[in-house]
Amino acid sequence: MENPGYRTGSFDSLHHSSEDDDDDEMVDIAGATLDFSTTDDVPPLGTGSYEESSSRAAGMNGAGPSKLMDPLEDPLPGVGTYEDFNTIDWVREKSKDRDRHREITKKSRQSTVALLHSVSDAFSGWLLMLLVGLMSGALAGGIDIAAHWLTDLKGGVCLIGFWFNHEHCCWTSNETTFQERDRCPQWQSWAELITGTSEGPFAYIMNYLMYIVWALLFALLAVTLVRAFAPYACGSGIPEIKTILSGFIIRGYLGKWTLIIKTITLVLAVSSGLSLGKEGPLVHVACCCANILCHLFTKYRKNEAKRREVLSAAAAVGVSVAFGAPIGGVLFSLEEVSYYFPLKTLWRSFFAALVAAFTLRSINPFGNSRLVLFYVEFHAPWHLVELAPFILLGIFGGLWGALFIKANIAWCRIRKSTRLGHYPVIEVLVVAAVTALIAYPNSYTRMSGAELISELFNDCSLLDSSQLCGYKQPVNVSETGAGNSLADRPAGEGLYTALWQLALALIFKMMITVITFGMKVPSGLFIPSMAVGAIAGRLLGVGMEQLAYYNHDWLIFKGWCTPGADCITPGLYAMVGAAACLGGVTRMTVSLVVIMFELTGGLEYIVPLMAATMTSKWVADAFGREGIYEVSQVSRREKKQKPRRSEPRPDAQTPMLLPPQAHIRLNGYPFLEPKEEFDHSSLAVDVMRPRRGDPALAVLTQDGMTVGEVETVVESTHYSGFPVVVSQESQRLVGFVLRRDLLISIDNARKRQEGIVSASQVVFTEHTPPQPPEGPPPLRLRGIMDLSPFTVTDHTPMDITVDIFRKLGLRQCLVTHNGRLLGIITKKDILKHMAQISNRDPDSILFN
Amino acid sequence: MKSVFAVEALSLTCFVLLNLVAAKNSEDIRCKCICPPYRDVEGQIYKQNVSLKDCNCLHVVEPMPVDGKDVEAYCLRCECKYEERSSGTIKVTIIMYLSILGLLLLYMVYLTLLEPMLKRRLFGHSQLIQNDDEGGVRVHFNVTELQLGQCRHYITDQQPFANAHNVLSRSHSRPNMLNKVEHAQQRWRRQVQEQRKSVFDRHVVLS
Repeated sequence: MENPGYRTGSFDSLHHSSEDDDDDEMVDIAGATLDFSTTDDVPPLGTGSYEESSSRAAGMNGAGPSKLMDPLEDPLPGVGTYEDFNTIDWVREKSKDRDRHREITKKSRQSTVALLHSVSDAFSGWLLMLLVGLMSGALAGGIDIAAHWLTDLKGGVCLIGFWFNHEHCCWTSNETTFQERDRCPQWQSWAELITGTSEGPFAYIMNYLMYIVWALLFALLAVTLVRAFAPYACGSGIPEIKTILSGFIIRGYLGKWTLIIKTITLVLAVSSGLSLGKEGPLVHVACCCANILCHLFTKYRKNEAKRREVLSAAAAVGVSVAFGAPIGGVLFSLEEVSYYFPLKTLWRSFFAALVAAFTLRSINPFGNSRLVLFYVEFHAPWHLVELAPFILLGIFGGLWGALFIKANIAWCRIRKSTRLGHYPVIEVLVVAAVTALIAYPNSYTRMSGAELISELFNDCSLLDSSQLCGYKQPVNVSETGAGNSLADRPAGEGLYTALWQLALALIFKMMITVITFGMKVPSGLFIPSMAVGAIAGRLLGVGMEQLAYYNHDWLIFKGWCTPGADCITPGLYAMVGAAACLGGVTRMTVSLVVIMFELTGGLEYIVPLMAATMTSKWVADAFGREGIYEVSQVSRREKKQKPRRSEPRPDAQTPMLLPPQAHIRLNGYPFLEPKEEFDHSSLAVDVMRPRRGDPALAVLTQDGMTVGEVETVVESTHYSGFPVVVSQESQRLVGFVLRRDLLISIDNARKRQEGIVSASQVVFTEHTPPQPPEGPPPLRLRGIMDLSPFTVTDHTPMDITVDIFRKLGLRQCLVTHNGRLLGIITKKDILKHMAQISNRDPDSILFN
Repeated sequence: MKSVFAVEALSLTCFVLLNLVAAKNSEDIRCKCICPPYRDVEGQIYKQNVSLKDCNCLHVVEPMPVDGKDVEAYCLRCECKYEERSSGTIKVTIIMYLSILGLLLLYMVYLTLLEPMLKRRLFGHSQLIQNDDEGGVRVHFNVTELQLGQCRHYITDQQPFANAHNVLSRSHSRPNMLNKVEHAQQRWRRQVQEQRKSVFDRHVVLS
């Protein structure tokens, strides 16, 4: 009893869950009728050596003399687990893990087998990371290869092997020319195959038609597969993963089916030509891999907090394979998605990200030893004066980010509130058709997003023959001047054509991305945002170049941009623009810069990139503080509450346990944003429940209540937990017991234990009080009670309380006054309070 | 459904292994030289199947378009890159991708069209299974069935004749393998339906 926390924890660690071992499973609970009988077809896992040995050890050490006497206190399946759409208790999970660890260390001194067990337990984290890296890397490689092939399939087919994409089809062909690098007889466009000619209007129309047909087919397959097998596979997944990492539980979101369907349909969606990328969904794919692999290790299978550490690392892996940027991935996980990120996770993420990048590199999906299609390599210097256009690009990126978020959210509202939302399949088809119809005539929109970016990032050297490099050849080219870098040249016919095509592409991309993001197919936002920025940057870059060429005697160009010098690199502008736009939409800064510099492999562009992303973040923040991922979390809280407002809601104490039809009520995710600051002088007593005038807090007493009384209290309320006090009069706090654990235990005791009836006493004390001799035996429930609930006094300032909730990941906190229990604060109360302060409608936060 | 996962896991392992041991096909290496226009010579691309050490302009560019004294100047401008790929990996990936896609499509078609038809033939029209075809796999229970509750068990199964089997085995109240599979599949289905509701009808997940 000297160490109550340890006792509870060590008891908890004995519990195992049968329901929680598979994230695919729904815990189907209908009100109070809990079905955790062992006749369930899921055999309770972990009945093996671990349970047995741990209980033995506990007995040996005399750590819990009274603990294991009671038959009821054997671990019950289901106790200590969570329901779908619920928040985990980080403190409980962490202490569970600590106790488990302590037990293993204690045992390891006793026998060699136990020592080996402890070594393997310590090693399992790294092994898991290795596996996650290998699996995600392999999947990303497969996705890259398949997406590239399927994208090219819209244009034609390879005759020497249908599995080759356009570039690989002409791998050894010597018929390619300097102008048309990808043309070879082995690759046949659809017009050539069907009509026999590759020239003329008829062939063009044929190709056009086939392009649309393929795009429609891919989009149709993607959306029907998502709908039929795994609806959770739609979207980018990053907002949900963020919420999951903060402690929320969405069952099935990271399951096997989601993984399979997301992988398959991601390829289809990207190839259908829709304005979306595969980078965001890759994060989801990596997290699915991690979650599935977690089931192999007891340590991670049973502990939600430990599992979230692995998922944080998996998010890093996702970005690492998406951009070929391991360090950027780790920083992305730290900056953007993770909630709890200890140093240990940092090292492990880095390891996993490296393994994944290496795996992808060894698969070599693009055949050029690069991890991404738009890898660039240039070392052209930049001048301080150029910071001005870079900051301009930053402003553009910020404006675009803010505008995009506003427009996209507005569009999503329309989708939700009108009839449009009822036809997700038709919507995808229509958007795909429109995209294909408009995109085909313009060569810059016809190519895939990644190819477009790679073309825009590319610096024009003598080796390039693309339209973007259509400069006029200088008349007096010095023939001795070797090397391929070229001085600034005047724009030629080809470049002008390219420029207006790019301008059209910019407008088109901006509009179509707003509509596309949020459709029911896997869709990432990184590539479209980068494409918009890259186009704008390239346009500005070419503009600057021409300005400098024609006005090199201006004051600002004097001294560094003499005629014949190569002073402005349009490719660099495209890169900066891409970073700025991505920063405006997602509000990433550090990780984005690192990703970009890993992409370019040059350190000299850190200042331009940093200037642009910071400007972009400031500008975008001026219009709205939240990035697209946060906005999509918040907007979820706001939606559709009107018809349900009249519904009686559990609005006091701990309303987190969901009633039977709880899923219907789910309107958003309880996410306590760590970036938001709390500065208001309210006290804990202002926020806690019950408020003045409300009925008193529902409490249980540590003895003296019967099973029937407890059940009445539980059933007459919706609260997910009940404080246990010494007696109703003194209100001195003993502990906290969760509704779910209570119901499961009582249900189990009635079934299994002799003589437990409604009149049996419920006892939370350590020693059973003397019972009347003729009465039924008491029900001992001390084991399920949390003996170390968090308490604050009623005069604790709210900013400290909010900090405690954020840093420790609490679910609820009890409020005391002079040592007597006064009330309770839940995460939801805090979110409501914060909404009230910022003048939002507190009722808009309607999550359960 | 377990078989699908097994196939998936197996193929993934194969994929990784094959990639690691993939024998270097002689077709899979190339040296690509891009030579820009030089004086009156057009720009040209040369590709040769040579090893890394021979990957330079002198070995790859043939026939040399310029005279002896200009070769050096011409070659200085050319850029030669050694590239390799694994055509085996590409082939396996694409074929595997297509087969998984095909399997999924077949299974979807089976769930949407064939299964209800077989059911109807097996149990006559008393077992009401409706199928709305919005591209999805939605199973409705009619009111009586909902009230009975029990009938849920007879609606989903994996094999066409599992139903009969199921009834038999239930009457003996002896759990067997098929039952477990069916139960798992049914639970999976319920879950997908739940997901579909929250994504498509209520728009909870994803804005």
